Amino acid sequence: MPYMTGIYGNPSSVHRFGRLTRDALEQARTQVARLVGAETNQLVFTSGGTEANNLAIRGVLANLPVSRFTVSAIEHASLLAPAKSMSQQKWQLDMIPVNAQGQVDVDTLQPFINEDSKLVSIMAANNETGVLQDLKSLVSTAKAINSTVLFHSDACQMAGKQAINFAELNLDLMSLSSHKLYGPQGVGALVVSRSVDLAAQITGGGQERGYRSGTENLAALVGFGMAAELAASKLQQRQTHLLGLQQRLVEQLQEMQGVEVFSSQVPRLPNTVQFSVQGIDGETLLMQLDRKGFAVSSGSACDSGKTDPSHVLLAMSVPAQIARGAIRVSFGDQSKDEDVTQFIESLKSIRQQFN
Amino acid sequence: MSDLKLPIYFDYSATTPVDERVADVMKHYLTVDSHFGNPASRSHAFGWSADEAIDTARGQVAALVNCDPREIVWTSGATESDNLAIKGAAHFYKKNGKHIITCKTEHKAVLDTCRQLEREDYEVTYLDPEPNGLIDLNKLKAAMRDDTILVSIMHVNNEIGVIQDIEAIGELCRENKIIFHVDAAQSAGKVAIDLEKLKVDLMSFSAHKIYGPKGIGALYVRRKPRIRIEAQMHGGGHERGMRSGTLATHQIAGMGEAFRIAKEEMESENTRFLALRNRLYSGFKDMEEVYINGDMDHRIAGNLNISFNYVEGESLIMALKDIAVSSGSACTSASLEPSYVLRALGRSDELAHSSLRFTIGRYTTEQEIDYTIDLVKQAVAKLRDLSPLWDMFKDGIDLNSVEWAAH
Repeated sequence: MPYMTGIYGNPSSVHRFGRLTRDALEQARTQVARLVGAETNQLVFTSGGTEANNLAIRGVLANLPVSRFTVSAIEHASLLAPAKSMSQQKWQLDMIPVNAQGQVDVDTLQPFINEDSKLVSIMAANNETGVLQDLKSLVSTAKAINSTVLFHSDACQMAGKQAINFAELNLDLMSLSSHKLYGPQGVGALVVSRSVDLAAQITGGGQERGYRSGTENLAALVGFGMAAELAASKLQQRQTHLLGLQQRLVEQLQEMQGVEVFSSQVPRLPNTVQFSVQGIDGETLLMQLDRKGFAVSSGSACDSGKTDPSHVLLAMSVPAQIARGAIRVSFGDQSKDEDVTQFIESLKSIRQQFN
Repeated sequence: MSDLKLPIYFDYSATTPVDERVADVMKHYLTVDSHFGNPASRSHAFGWSADEAIDTARGQVAALVNCDPREIVWTSGATESDNLAIKGAAHFYKKNGKHIITCKTEHKAVLDTCRQLEREDYEVTYLDPEPNGLIDLNKLKAAMRDDTILVSIMHVNNEIGVIQDIEAIGELCRENKIIFHVDAAQSAGKVAIDLEKLKVDLMSFSAHKIYGPKGIGALYVRRKPRIRIEAQMHGGGHERGMRSGTLATHQIAGMGEAFRIAKEEMESENTRFLALRNRLYSGFKDMEEVYINGDMDHRIAGNLNISFNYVEGESLIMALKDIAVSSGSACTSASLEPSYVLRALGRSDELAHSSLRFTIGRYTTEQEIDYTIDLVKQAVAKLRDLSPLWDMFKDGIDLNSVEWAAH
C-alpha cells in the first residue's frame, strides 16, 4: 500500500520521487531473481505470465531467420497461441508429445532437435496435472544435439512451490507469474540470459532496458518481490504442508471406485491433484462442489469458460469422455486437513446423488 | 508556511498518487478475506465476484468517455494500448494499404511503434506541429493518401499539455475512410470526452495518470462502425480475444474507481487547477527571457511548460531539489536529451534544455505554488549571475552571431 498513496513517483523520473520508486523496483528485481537462481539484470518485468510467454516466443523468433522450433503439447494457452501464430509466419512448429503420465521423455525429445532448431519450450510444471518435467535432462539433451538452440521454460506454476534454478538448469529463458505465488495479479517476468537477442514486443519509453516499454506497475512489482522473498523462505515449510494434504487426498481418492487420479506415478507439484470421476461430467461436478463451498476447477481457468476437454489430458492419451470429467484441486497455504476430509465427503454424497 | 511538506510534487503528468478512495476499493480485491478469485474461473463463486467487479469497472470507464462498456479492452497500460491499437489496426487492415500518419510530438509509445511498423514495410508520415504545438488540419489533409489506413494523434500532449482538435480530425478521417486512433492517456479525466459524438475509432487510456494504479489501462475499440484489430498477445482468449492474460482484478477495480471519481470531480477540479496554474504563471511572466511552450488557450488546466533562457537545464533541476518537476518527458527513461517535443515546435536546444514542466494535481495547494515561485525565481537569478551567456546577453551581444572557437 505505501507504493500507491505514499511513494508514488514514476520510476523514470529524475527527481526524488522517481528515485525512490526506482530503488523499490530494483529491490523487487533482486528478490524475484534470488528465488529462481537468476541474475538481477536478467529479469524483464511484464504484465504477467501470458505476456512473458508471448515475449519469449515472438521476441526470440523475431530476430532469427525463419527455421523450426519445438514446444511440448501440454503448454499453457499463452504459449501455444503465440507458437501457432509464428507457425503461420512460415516457422516450422513441432509439438512434442508427452507420455501417459504427462512427461516429455528425453528419447521423445531427441528426434525433434537438429541443426535447424532455434528454440525449445517445455514448461517446468503443468498447470492442470501439476506434473514436473525433468528439465535438467531435457535441456542437456537438446543442447548436446545443437549447442545454439535456445531453451525456454514456462515456470509460472513452478516458482514458489518447488525449487527452480535458472542458472543450474542452463536455461536461456524462463517465464514467471506473480499471482501464482501469492503476489498480486497483473505482473510477471521473463528471465533472459545474455545469449538471447530478444526483440521487444511493446515499444515506446524504453523501460526494462528496452525489452518492455511502459511505466512499471510499481505497487504490484513490489508485491511480487515480497511474495518471492516469502516463497523462498517458506518453500520447505509450504512443501511439507502441501505434500501432506496431497497425499491424503490422493489416497482417499484412490480408495473410491471409478476415480482416476492423473499423473500419480510421477513427481508433481505438491499442491495439485487432478482426477476424474466416472459417470459425472466435470462441469456438473464443479457446480455441485461449488454449492458445497469448494472452489476447484476443470482444466485451466485461463481457457476462459470453454468446455472442450483439456488438451493436456488428451495429449496424455486420456480418452475424451474421461478428460471431460476432470477436476483440478489446487491447495494453498490456508488449506487444512479438514478441508480434504470434507471434500471427500462431499464428493461421495454428490456421487450418490448421480448414481 | 509551517505545514509545507518538501519536496513538493509538481509532476502529476508523469504519474499520480493513488487516491485513498481508489486504494480502499483495491484492498477489497487483494487479500484472502475478500474477492481474490481469477475472473476467468466461470465455475466457482470466487471467480464470479471478481467478474462482477470487472463489469462494474468497465462501466465506470465507459461512463467517463460515453461509450458502450463492451468497447473497452483492458491492457497493462497506455503503452500497451498504443502498441495494440497501432500494430493491431495496421496488421488487420494491411490489405487496404500500408500508410500511417502521426505527429512528431506523439508519445514514444506511438512513435516507437510506428518505427517498428516501418521495419515491416509500412510507410509513416510524421507531421510537424505548428509552433504552438497544434496540428494544422490542412497539412493533415494534404498528407492523406489512398493507401492511408490509420491516423494516430494524441488528444493532450504529455509535455506541453496542448489539446488537439480531435473532433475535426475525426471528421476528416471518417470522410476519407481512415481509422483514427487517439492516445488519451493525458486527457481522460481532464478534458470532456464523448465517444458517441467524436469520430474516434480507437482510444488509449491509462489509470495512473488520474489517481488510479500503475500497470493498468484500456483500449477503446469502436463497435459501430466496427473496427477490427489483430491481437498482439495470445493465449486464453480474454477480452474477446483482443488481449489475453489474467486480468488483475484489483487493478481494474482501481481504474474503475479512479474514472468514476474523475467523472464526478473533473469540472470542479479543472476550475481549481486553472486558478493554481494561472497563479504560478503570473509569478513567472514578468521575468526576463521566459518562454511558454505550447498554446495557452488550447491547453489542459494543470500544465505549465516554461523555458528559462540562459539557464542550463540540469543545473536548474539540481537547484530545485525541493520540487519535483520534469524537464522533458519522464517516459523517455531518465534520458538527458533535449525534449523532442519542444524541438518539434522549433525551440532551440538551449530553450528545450532549460524548460520545466509543472503539472498540477489533486493535492497541489496555493501555498506550494507560492513557495515554488520564490524558489524558481531565486534559482534562475542565481544561475544567470554565474552565466557568461547571460552577461553577454545583458551587454546586448547577439549570441547567434558569435563564432565560437574550438578548443
